This record gives sequence, structure tokens and C-alpha cells, in this order.
Amino acid sequence: MTERTVDVTRAGRSLPAVAGTSPEAAAGPAVEVRELERSFGERPVLEGVSFDLAAGETLAVLGANGAGKTTLLRVLAGLLRPHAGSVRVLGAALPEDGWRARARVGLLGHDSGLYRALSARENLRFHARLHGVGRERVEELIDAVGLGSRAQDPVRELSRGGVQRLAVARAVLHDPPLLLLDEPRSGLDPGAEELVEPLVGRGSGRTRVVVTHDVEGALEECDRALGLLGGRPAFVAGPGALEASTVRRELYR
Amino acid sequence: MTRAALAILRKDLLVERRTRESVPAMALFSVTVLVLFHFALDRDSLDGALASGVLWVTLLLAAVLGVGRLFASEREEGGMDGILLAPIDRTAVWVAKALALLAYLVVVEVVAVPVFAVLLLGPDLMPALPGLVATLVLADVGLAAVGALVAALAAESRARELVATLLFLPLVVPAAVAATAATEPLFAGAQTADGTGRWLIFLAAYALLFVLLSVGVFDYLLED
Repeated sequence: MTERTVDVTRAGRSLPAVAGTSPEAAAGPAVEVRELERSFGERPVLEGVSFDLAAGETLAVLGANGAGKTTLLRVLAGLLRPHAGSVRVLGAALPEDGWRARARVGLLGHDSGLYRALSARENLRFHARLHGVGRERVEELIDAVGLGSRAQDPVRELSRGGVQRLAVARAVLHDPPLLLLDEPRSGLDPGAEELVEPLVGRGSGRTRVVVTHDVEGALEECDRALGLLGGRPAFVAGPGALEASTVRRELYR
Repeated sequence: MTRAALAILRKDLLVERRTRESVPAMALFSVTVLVLFHFALDRDSLDGALASGVLWVTLLLAAVLGVGRLFASEREEGGMDGILLAPIDRTAVWVAKALALLAYLVVVEVVAVPVFAVLLLGPDLMPALPGLVATLVLADVGLAAVGALVAALAAESRARELVATLLFLPLVVPAAVAATAATEPLFAGAQTADGTGRWLIFLAAYALLFVLLSVGVFDYLLED
């Protein structure tokens, strides 16, 4: 296992790139990444990324813009092929068995994935049809994200926060055990954050990989954090071993 | 696959009905090209090969616009990721897009053919109509099959509209040749359209070839 190190700890000591495994991980991690590499053309975007994530755990992915965070999410979702290394998601090896993992992953990406000309309800019903989910679930989620009174409005007429709440509903429509979240709280006010918390927050009980720039928030709610620096893992560690100010200085310099 | 294809098709038609970004542009473009031919040729009565060629060049160029925008709604807000993550046969995407393009082409032809008859066609359209409709239907199936395939290929490229055009037009040359040849005798005022039948068979074979090819490769095409 690679021993890349960056000094970001409270005590100033270096951390191994892959922290110790939890009992859940020993039983079979929900996500298992080994020496992942991915390039765009000649430009490497991810190099030597390794980590395990047990079922129900949250991994915070931290790093500056262009560090490879979104690419990592898209590899885990099966939307991008790994160029080297191995990736297993919910027991399925990617990309060979991607179809097995696909339906069990919820992705909340940069883009909302919503059709602006369609209403909130039409958008969710469209995705519900693709996933074979009933209309009751659509109505349940519209209410859960507080869009009951705006369900008939075209998405283009919703506020930024409204679109994000609807995107959250779309991501969990099929009740996926693994969530891949790119800045899930983007555009949400505190009230909206409370609304989506049971769906995509720590209380959802799902395994989560969360990309964020909110270092303090991430360290508060994650079970471990992966820091990416220029596509390479700077650290994988539990939040107790990390100092937010040092993480910020090391990753966002 | 049928459920997913119908869901995507229904969504595409609903988006088009709300945004009106493809079909009106295609129809307006085809009418404009016919008007341009009318004045550029300085004739209001074409027949035979020239009439047939003018009609099919116009329809093919209008189809290019539809092909370029076939995946527009997916590109704009990242909707393709949601479709790719659904537990569906990805060929359903091609089926839906091909059917959507087919529907767009039919609407455009309902507008363009009467305008063509009024502005440019010499012989009476009515006797040619059954043969013309058969040619249009078979050619449209082939154009829709190729168009959906090419649109998916071009969707992730930066210069997607240019790529779509540069791939689509060469691939539909055989269909254009066959459709023009099938229509020529119909527009010549001939009582019997000798030769149309074998070109219709060619168009059907062309459509079948690209349907089978698309079904065979589309899943791989959407892979990263």
C-alpha cells in the first residue's frame, strides 16, 4: 500500500494514505479503491488514490478546484472508467460489473440533472419511470423537500435552493444505499439544509462520499477524510486526527 | 427497454413542446431554403431530378438541425448522468432519440412538402403523393437511425454541432441518393413510377442496416 504523507495532523505527525480499517470494513467495504488512476488525454487527474469505506460511513473528499474530486465521484458512479487500479462499489467491480452498482448509487453532481422546461413533479416522475419507482415515492419526496406548493412549476422558475432540493430528491428517488454528493448543501439556506438532512445527511444512514470545500463542516460529520492535492492523495484519516486550519493550508495553498 | 424508451421519448417530446427549440427551427429553415431555391433558380416550376434533388437537399439540411439538438436537453443540466445511472438498457436511449427525430422529421415534412409543391413543383403533387409518402417514411427511418447514433457520438464533443454535421451528412449520402432516385419519376409526371420500387427496397435495407448497427454498438458508444 502506498505511504504518501502530508503533515496535516493536530500533533504535526504524518499520516498514512490509508488509515486503519474499521470492523465494518473488515466485513467487506461498501467502497474499496486501490491505486486508482485516471487521466484526461495526457493529463493525469487522479493518481494512486486508495481508500476503503464501510457501509454507513461518510467519506469527506477535500481539495482545491481541479484536485480531482469530481472525477473521483464520477469514477465511483461508474460514469468514468478507471485507467489503472481497482474500484469496487457495493461489491461490484468497476467498470466490468458497473450495471450491478448503477441502480444502487445516488449521484448529486455539479449539475442538477433536471430538465428546466419540466416541472418538479414531471422531472421526478421521469426518473421514477427509469428506476421503476412508483408515483407515491415521487409525492413523498416532493413533500419531504418542501416543494409541494411548487410541484407544478417548471424547474427554470425555481430558486437556486429549490433546484438543489429537487436535485436531492432525484438523487435519493430510488433509495440508493450509496450516495455520491458534490457540494450537497450548495445554495441551501439553513431551513432547506434541515429538510434535506434526513435524505442525504449523516442521519440518512446511507454510505456517503461527500465532496466539499467546507472543511470544518466535513470534519464534523465524516468518519474519514480524503485530501486530494493535484490528483494525488495527501491523506486519508479520521477527523479526530486532522486540524481544519492545517488541512486548509495544505490543500488550498 | 420499452418502458425506458417510452419514458425518454415522452420526456423529449414534452421538453420540445415546451421549449419549441428544434421543430420550429427545422420547419422554418426548410421553408427558408425552399424560398431561396425559388429565387436562386428563378423558376417556379421544377420537375424530375431537379425537383427531387431540391426537396431532399432541403429535408436533409433541416434534419441536420434536429440531429444537432437531439441531446441538447441532456447536455444543458447534466441529465445524461441520471439516465446513465438508471438500471436500463442503454439502447433505450437510442430508440427514444431516433423516435423523437422521426417525429420531428414527419412534422417538418408536413410543413415543407406543401410549401415545396406551391413554390417549386411543376407537376401536380397529388398523383405523386402515395409514392412520396412511402419514400419519406422509409428515408425518415434511416435518417432517424443514423441521426440518433451520430448525435450520441457527437454529444460529448466540444464542437458537437460541427461533428454531428460532418458525420451525419456523409453517412446519409446513400439514403439521399436512393430517396432522390425514388422520387424523381414521381415528380416527372409519369403515370407509372418505374424504378421507384427498387429504390424503396434500398431505403428499407439502409434503414434496417443502421437500426441493427445502432442496436449493436450504442451501449458501447455511451461508455466513457
